[in-house]
Amino acid sequence: MNKKLLIALLMCFPLFAHASEEGSENLMKADVNLENKNSLRNGAKLFVNYCMSCHSAKYMRYIHVARDLGLTDKQMQKNLILVSDFSDDEKPQGVDKKVGALMTVAMTEKEGKKWFGNPPPDLTLVARVRGADWLYTYLNSFYLDPSRPTGANNALFHNVGMPDVLWELHGLRKLKESKTKGSDAEAMEKASFEQVTQGKMTEAEYHKATNDLVNFLVYLGEPVKMERQRVGLLVMFYLVIFFIFAYLLKKEYWKDVH
Amino acid sequence: MTTKTMALLGWIDDRFPLTKMWKEHLSEYYAPKNFNFWYFFGSLALLVLVMQILSGIFLTINYKPDANLAFGSVEYIMRDVHWGWFIRYMHSTGASAFFIVVYLHMYRGLIYGSYRKPRELIWIIGVFIYLALMAEAFMGYLLPWGQMSYWGAQVIVNLFSAIPYIGNELSVWIRGDFVISDATLNRFFAFHVIAVPLVLIMLVVAHILALHEVGSNNPDGVEIKKNKGPDGIPLDGIPFHPYYTVKDVMGVVVFFFFFFAVVFFTPEMHGFFMEAANFEPANPLKTPQHIAPLWYFTPFYAMLRAVPPMFNSQFPGVIVMGAAIVVLFFLPWLDRSPVKSIRYKGAISKIAIVILVIAFAVLAYLGMQPPSPLKTNIARIATVLYFAYFLLMPWYSKIDKTKPVPERVTH
Repeated sequence: MNKKLLIALLMCFPLFAHASEEGSENLMKADVNLENKNSLRNGAKLFVNYCMSCHSAKYMRYIHVARDLGLTDKQMQKNLILVSDFSDDEKPQGVDKKVGALMTVAMTEKEGKKWFGNPPPDLTLVARVRGADWLYTYLNSFYLDPSRPTGANNALFHNVGMPDVLWELHGLRKLKESKTKGSDAEAMEKASFEQVTQGKMTEAEYHKATNDLVNFLVYLGEPVKMERQRVGLLVMFYLVIFFIFAYLLKKEYWKDVH
Repeated sequence: MTTKTMALLGWIDDRFPLTKMWKEHLSEYYAPKNFNFWYFFGSLALLVLVMQILSGIFLTINYKPDANLAFGSVEYIMRDVHWGWFIRYMHSTGASAFFIVVYLHMYRGLIYGSYRKPRELIWIIGVFIYLALMAEAFMGYLLPWGQMSYWGAQVIVNLFSAIPYIGNELSVWIRGDFVISDATLNRFFAFHVIAVPLVLIMLVVAHILALHEVGSNNPDGVEIKKNKGPDGIPLDGIPFHPYYTVKDVMGVVVFFFFFFAVVFFTPEMHGFFMEAANFEPANPLKTPQHIAPLWYFTPFYAMLRAVPPMFNSQFPGVIVMGAAIVVLFFLPWLDRSPVKSIRYKGAISKIAIVILVIAFAVLAYLGMQPPSPLKTNIARIATVLYFAYFLLMPWYSKIDKTKPVPERVTH
């Protein structure tokens, strides 16, 4: 009876977990697939081109990205390392970053605070803080708002300091209904947009691009995720085999206990 | 054994009681033969303690207890240290696993009356272990220096400032600063890595020595030492080694199956073992929307919030929270039932333990949730029920009908 009680209690855990994520149902669903290397590479390209002007990923090294995404050091250096290294005082113009360098940016926190009100946060772990769906929705929620200093606002993150850096991809758009008060997720439910000018991408292409970017951010948050799951399967398999022997050993010894 | 190893063993035994200790605690420690499922959790708790110490040593090799470097050094462990992620997840999962096995171990003690005469001291030492474990977990949680580390510590240390007269001074003394800061991180590191673990190890040794002095209880709550054979060995006793060592190995494998399933597949455990907000570096200027401790503290956190402030002070809540632990120390003298085990206790005791488990689980859940008037009221009821289990025990355990206890253990 006690065992049943315990199992019943343990089964309540996922229930609680679900309850703690309430409010996320209005978010768009990102399709995260870390096995899709092309998606990750495209995400990395978008990340270094659009995000890394201001946002760092300072806990991550380029070399890990290169190895995990199947790129050579040369490919990495040529295509994805766009930021120079300014740490050497004797070379104020900066030098090319080495592939083993951390993914830092030139903008200091002080400058970021001056220009945007808040320093642009480091994005290494943003996917673990916000979740993939939130990021995907966020990247798809920018709209024109002349009242903001950058001319853009976000339906999910109201009055965000970040400008609409991807505007040239998705084009300019207006918010249809302006009831954006209340909590973030509530605001999202009511937000729908009206295209003002066409961007370089169609809506579907933009969705795919932002999904790739989110995919990369999820990878960036925990680069070892695929590896740990692969090792985990082996460990589980080993433990099942081990259990058979442990059980037989116990049975053998306990034969003479009456 | 060859004559050479025998000679070596003899040489050691003349100088150190190696064989004597081996016999006393393993090969000739007679444990009741009727241990069931619940008796795995003691040895598992010991296993988790060893795992935490070992993984902790590896973490300190790369961790930096400095407010500017701590967060980055954890990510360094996760990314640049070979298998660092594995060590880190083992340690973070181990913290929660420790509380799971300890809670189940304590529950075992409750249902089979393992706290009763002559095992009062084992129980009391156990409660001290639980307290040390809470201190260890609390201080360890500050070390990653994330948002929840910071604000969780801020909330808990502020509890001390609710104590009248000395509160403010006391909380400053604990922090080493007026807010949680680098000074706090450094001292918590010292306590987490050496002071509390030493206390824990010594308490665990005392816990086991006290147990082996009086002998283990069992699901029937019968003293096996009452029925000894002509050789002086309890008739219902079997040597701990090899019988329970091989049985515990089996338990360890099953435990590892669940443990490593979390480590490898869901180390965050949906926010139960690692909170999302803790992946953001500590920011003293930005209070998170919802501050909640990890699941193992939430029952007490819910009690704290359930008590309304009196005279503009949170102190009554702090008292209630403290009393919830202190009451455990008195348990051996609160139980007046003529029998030990729940198997031979009556309906009242059985209902009481079910209510306790439900109240504790409800408090654990409520402690994770943002407060609301309804939830606060439920927390109040659950708090009263929690205390009722202990404080009313002298009466209900006495009047409760019992079943006759068998002379020997049932197998």
